[in-house]
Amino acid sequence: MAELAYREALNHALDEEMARDPRVFLMGEEVARYDGAYKVSKGLLEKYGSARVVDAPISELGFAGIGVGAAMTGLRPVIEMMTWNFAILAMDQIVNNAAKVRHMSGGQLRCPIVFRGPGGAGGRLSSQHSQALEANYVHFPGLKVLAPGTPADAKGLLKSAIRDENPVIFIEAELLYGSKGEVPEGEHVVPIGLADVKREGSDVTIITWSRMLTSCVLPAAERLAANGISAKVLDLRSLRPFDTEAIAAAVKQTNRVVIVEEGWSWAGFGGHIADFIARECFDDLDAPVSRVHGLDVNMSYAANLERAIQPSVERVIEAVNAVLYR
Amino acid sequence: MYSPDLLLTMYRKMLLARRFEEKAGQAYGLKKIQGFCHLYIGQEAVVVGVNEALRPTDQVMTAYRDHVHPLVRGADAGMLMAELYGKDTGYSKGKGGSMHLFDIEHNFYGGYGIVGGQIPLAAGMAFASKYRGEDRVTVCSFGDAASNQGALHETFNMAAKWKLPVIYIVENNKYGMGTDVSRVTAEPELYKRAASYRMRGEKVDGMDVLKVYDVMKDLVDHVRKGHGPVLLEAQTYRFRGHSMSDAATYRTKEEVEQEKGHDPITTLRAYITKQKIAPEAQFELIDEDVKREIDQAMTFADESPEPPLEDVWKHTWVEDGEPDERPRQRVRGVEVTWPTFPSQFEVKWDLEPKSPVAAPAAVQQKKGAA
Repeated sequence: MAELAYREALNHALDEEMARDPRVFLMGEEVARYDGAYKVSKGLLEKYGSARVVDAPISELGFAGIGVGAAMTGLRPVIEMMTWNFAILAMDQIVNNAAKVRHMSGGQLRCPIVFRGPGGAGGRLSSQHSQALEANYVHFPGLKVLAPGTPADAKGLLKSAIRDENPVIFIEAELLYGSKGEVPEGEHVVPIGLADVKREGSDVTIITWSRMLTSCVLPAAERLAANGISAKVLDLRSLRPFDTEAIAAAVKQTNRVVIVEEGWSWAGFGGHIADFIARECFDDLDAPVSRVHGLDVNMSYAANLERAIQPSVERVIEAVNAVLYR
Repeated sequence: MYSPDLLLTMYRKMLLARRFEEKAGQAYGLKKIQGFCHLYIGQEAVVVGVNEALRPTDQVMTAYRDHVHPLVRGADAGMLMAELYGKDTGYSKGKGGSMHLFDIEHNFYGGYGIVGGQIPLAAGMAFASKYRGEDRVTVCSFGDAASNQGALHETFNMAAKWKLPVIYIVENNKYGMGTDVSRVTAEPELYKRAASYRMRGEKVDGMDVLKVYDVMKDLVDHVRKGHGPVLLEAQTYRFRGHSMSDAATYRTKEEVEQEKGHDPITTLRAYITKQKIAPEAQFELIDEDVKREIDQAMTFADESPEPPLEDVWKHTWVEDGEPDERPRQRVRGVEVTWPTFPSQFEVKWDLEPKSPVAAPAAVQQKKGAA
């Protein structure tokens, strides 16, 4: 095991996959000479050259589509979005072309492409730069959506994403890039579609993904333990497809569930998980499923407002107490 | 200067395209084809003049007025019509319909339904060709209205900067749906879009197949030599409405009649006759042959089954180990040559020179400077 920062783990995944497969190239804003806006692609230009690490102009729609065309004809592009907020400009290419070209062609074409970049709040960036947008992408058939919360999962899942035959939306977290964690040495691949139990527990299951895992769920579980409550923490990592078996097993074991997500509640992904539990695990529930999510308002710049809008350790504990009727 | 073979091939392909579209229009009236259906009637000189200047290995794609682009590349007319009918024997197994025809066997990479959405894809395909060092061009057609989409401007910039081997054809039929292009376009001479990106831009009479062919030969040569992308504006006219539901009341009868006087098929036939290349009897043979091919296509589409219901679950994601579909092999039981791309190769392309930023030691201070 080596201790790596989240950005280093991603860098290693890109490096290893580019060394392994000449079809893999990285394109995006500032990815080459600048080493990436968040330094994820550090050193790759030097190693792989300017055709495989491509500095694109600020034209998200255009270079997303160039990636899709390249993927349709035998390459495996990794398209970096400086943040997912900017990828909204590229939605047409992702949704109408990447996600549909296999279907429209009746299976003649495939589109193995990864769109990756940071999602969620950055830190004092106000509303245009602080959005957790995964719910937008899980909506569309034809896409896979991943949101790793640790360096090990970031590396292992990015390698799986690059090797996948489908378009993959890979949502990193701006506030996780510097966070460190143990990453297995050598070939480390995490299969798409498997959740991971990040903490064992028996009284309640907290389901989460991405940054909420370390920012509030694991710290809340620690504090709950001090109060005699044993919380199981299930990190989905993969949102589409998601691990139905792991969720069903956890509900059967703990009978109580809290879902924690950074995004908004309206048509949020947590609502979809709650829907799954209501349909498939109803008889195992001892309390209604509770959700902790970003407040349904636009993100503010002021420090106190920004804090209030995001899920917190306190709000997770409150929700756990509620499903335990304490 | 044109070989008899080329001239008669062009004539046959334009006629095949015309008859295919006429029959598609009739089938639409009978509700055998539904949804959106955009006919190419009147514009045939563009698609044929462009196609005959290409190699079979070059790649082609277009927007949603897409029936005849694969047809003139050699696609099976019956399977194209079957796709319009929503049948299992269609190129996309009935999943795409009129707007989404694909025939990868003949390097036709599709019909796309979002105006301008295919423009970046073509640059991406050209990027892949250049990345692997292949001698191949990609041709992407779109309508006049697409020239006002951001996708076009973003893509032209990158395609030109990276000198991608891609040829853009704006099929300017003067109307984006019901809107005269000049009403909504500050620079209605669309080929001038190229100048902003230091691309070569040309315009051509898109009702004359030989003029389209000549300029395309030159442009293909330019692109193959590595000079980067080009834009060709083909000035053409559709004799029918935008789609089958369009009565085209925004155009005068006089205008339409005048344009019909420039029918590209009549024009080429007159040229061939005048040059004494083929006797009248040969045209009759071609006409009969085309009629037979189209009649067979209609019967095939009519008699084909709908797709099986379990197919609804296929082709949204690629399943593990799932191969790609090869339509003509599946439907007609013939072995087809399928374009494949290598998984191992060396990337020799330097997209841009090494950083000109000098090492820190090169920073010099003037003596006496503060």
